[in-house]
Amino acid sequence: MAKIEDFNTGQTPVWCPGCGNFGILMAVRSALAELNIKRENTLIVSGIGCSDKYNQYVNTYAFESIHGRILPVAMGARLANYNLKVVCIGGDGDGYGIGMCHFVHAARRNLNLTYIVCDNQIYGLTTGQTSPTSDKGFKTKSTPNGNIEMPVNPLTIALSAGATYVARGFAGDVATLKELIKGGIQHNGFAVIDVFQPCVTFNYKNTYEWFNAKLYKLGEDHDTSSKEMAFKRANESEKLPIGLFYKEDKPTYEDEALPAKAKPLVEQDISNVNVDDLMDELM
Amino acid sequence: MANSKLNWKIGGKAGYGIMVTGLIFSKVFSRSGYHVFDTVEYPSLIRGGHNFYDVRVEDEEVHSHTGTADILVALNKETADLHKNNVSESGAIIFDSIDTKISSGEIRKGIMLYDVPLLEISKKICGKDMMRNTVSLGASLAIIDYDFDVLAGVLADIFGDKGKEIVEQNISSAKAGYDYVKEKYKAPFNIRMKKISNERKMLVTGNEAISIAAIKAGCKFYSAYPMTPASSILHYMAAHDRKIVVKQTEDEIAAIHAAIGASFVGARSMTATSGGGFCLMTEGLGLAAMTETPLVLVLAQRAGPSTGLATRTEQADLKFAMNASQGEFPRVIITPGDVEECFYLTLKAFNLADKYQVPVIIMTDKHLSESHKTAERFDTDYTVERSVILNDKDVKDDYKRFEDTKTGVSPRTLPGRKGIFRAPSYEHDEHGWNIEEPEDRMVMADKRLRKAKSIMNEIPAPKLYGKKDADITIVGWGGTKGPIMEAMKLLKKDKLNVNFVHFSFILPFKAEAVTKMLKGARKAIIVEQNRTLQLAGVIRENTGI
Repeated sequence: MAKIEDFNTGQTPVWCPGCGNFGILMAVRSALAELNIKRENTLIVSGIGCSDKYNQYVNTYAFESIHGRILPVAMGARLANYNLKVVCIGGDGDGYGIGMCHFVHAARRNLNLTYIVCDNQIYGLTTGQTSPTSDKGFKTKSTPNGNIEMPVNPLTIALSAGATYVARGFAGDVATLKELIKGGIQHNGFAVIDVFQPCVTFNYKNTYEWFNAKLYKLGEDHDTSSKEMAFKRANESEKLPIGLFYKEDKPTYEDEALPAKAKPLVEQDISNVNVDDLMDELM
Repeated sequence: MANSKLNWKIGGKAGYGIMVTGLIFSKVFSRSGYHVFDTVEYPSLIRGGHNFYDVRVEDEEVHSHTGTADILVALNKETADLHKNNVSESGAIIFDSIDTKISSGEIRKGIMLYDVPLLEISKKICGKDMMRNTVSLGASLAIIDYDFDVLAGVLADIFGDKGKEIVEQNISSAKAGYDYVKEKYKAPFNIRMKKISNERKMLVTGNEAISIAAIKAGCKFYSAYPMTPASSILHYMAAHDRKIVVKQTEDEIAAIHAAIGASFVGARSMTATSGGGFCLMTEGLGLAAMTETPLVLVLAQRAGPSTGLATRTEQADLKFAMNASQGEFPRVIITPGDVEECFYLTLKAFNLADKYQVPVIIMTDKHLSESHKTAERFDTDYTVERSVILNDKDVKDDYKRFEDTKTGVSPRTLPGRKGIFRAPSYEHDEHGWNIEEPEDRMVMADKRLRKAKSIMNEIPAPKLYGKKDADITIVGWGGTKGPIMEAMKLLKKDKLNVNFVHFSFILPFKAEAVTKMLKGARKAIIVEQNRTLQLAGVIRENTGI
């Protein structure tokens, strides 16, 4: 049985004391350990922002992409080797700003990926500018008079785009988050887990206290097979639900793109590919 | 006595089937012992607009078209108006007076007019006007007294998958055009062609050659976003399923990153685009370099800047490709000059990318990507060369993915096997841990750049065509090779002592070899299809010449 410690690289995290990322990191490591996943068969793909550091702190294979490009890299990796568990970890700017296009397309493809978004509603690493999920009126360095735009709602976008596992967690509730991540990794399809993550340095508004007052857990009465219900819950704003909003089983992109029972692309023999018939065709 | 050369041209509106008609005409000759080069010009739209297709046929190797036409098939008046002055002396124009009025007064003396009821014949046979182009093929062959059976054979192959009826209608249409000309125009035409043999040559475009080479090289993952003139690679890869994942992505950014992801876990992968898409890919180029992930990227140039001329050829992206993406890193730039080089150098591109864990850019242009040329069957003797990929038992406890080695190349492990590491886009040490210290940074930057030296030893110097000693030396790169080879033939006829230095590799730049080749040139003329002499600048920067 794997231990949480197995997934620790020993590198000291460089996040601010109290950062929500510590809770998420704990949840990710615990989820991987409890699922007893082979470290060699796991690939973390991270992007850019405070969340890019997961590639340094989770002891599996890891690839740090560039800003916004986590999902295309992950898609290539999954399609080339479907034996890999690919866990994507990025931020709200990375995924819902510069990477939004890829987010929508990855969801509609139903790639078998787990996508954890550390959503702190602010650009932290660049020292505090507005983010796609910043609340209207929120004052940042780039919006000193208050954010004019409405925030995106990652959950309803994921639901509309066709994600088959849509969840929201909270960095301050590691136990719940861990279960959501485990569920996402085990889910056969595109799993999105948006995680409320307090930024103790730059987000003065969405603090631990603020979340604790606002959040509640989806209960037994929530039907995770109902998209309608999921939309309704995802649109709530007075109180904010966390938990699994929606889950659906359907074929993944890999199921349909790869010939049945074919070996992963990386294991196929390429030493002597015959192209005689391709040349015949041109004669 | 039969002739050995023919230039044929067909033109009409987009949507008239100009491309397939031109290809059929080319195949008639590539299947009967001739050498062929063909090229098509079309605007960026689907219906309307002027399309034309040039086919050049000779009994010896041809590298480019001439632009003139011994026979011009004018499917509309616009074609006749635009191209009548390119019809050769005592050439011919085939047209249908029902919708294309050409009076003998508006064309040069000596040109023969063949008024053929293309539409009427087509309608009689298939009820529509869609086979007028096929009728014109038959008429063309009748004029030069060519063996009709070859055309019937090509039609049967080309339309075979559309069913027997379509094949028969096409053959009947062509035959009716053939018979009409034979019957009505008895005066012999000045060019008469005879089948040389039953030998079939391969008729192949640059993009097809690249695609077949990629498949041969073991490319397992191809991702792209459609963009002329690279799109036909996507079509080819999708149509010829070899247990390859072919993915059309949401944009070029996703295309290059997906290819990097696939390559990172161990699959040979490729993407292709044109200038505009390459702009979007530049960030990925740097990512591949920083994470030392092999990548093959085809950049099929068209005229820029911006949307530019979407379907026209140009060679103006050389310096862009050489400098694309921030920072410094080694890259290979390959500039094949013809379909043969497209094939062999694409094979090489995969080996270089894999062996040295670097991005390799293959630069073509619309003229090379989409024009057909006859070629001998490609030699498929090929060895897949990769950098060391460690087996589980060879992975040491202190495995360093980015080990600082003499060549700059470090042994890989692959996700799914022993040897866990992280590949950050952030600067990192030999293990892949993020670093900030200037000393460590210099070690890693040097390590990566060091690869260029080893790659240099593996790539050839520019190739010399013609005698070593010449009065004039033409210098070129990439797809202008064909036109220059043809120009050499003409210059030789004019008794000029000319040779030609062709660059099929640009980076790493072989400065010493280039200096040796060009230093003694009495008069050097650079031929490249751009306005700012990009290669000339590169040569001067690297050699002082």
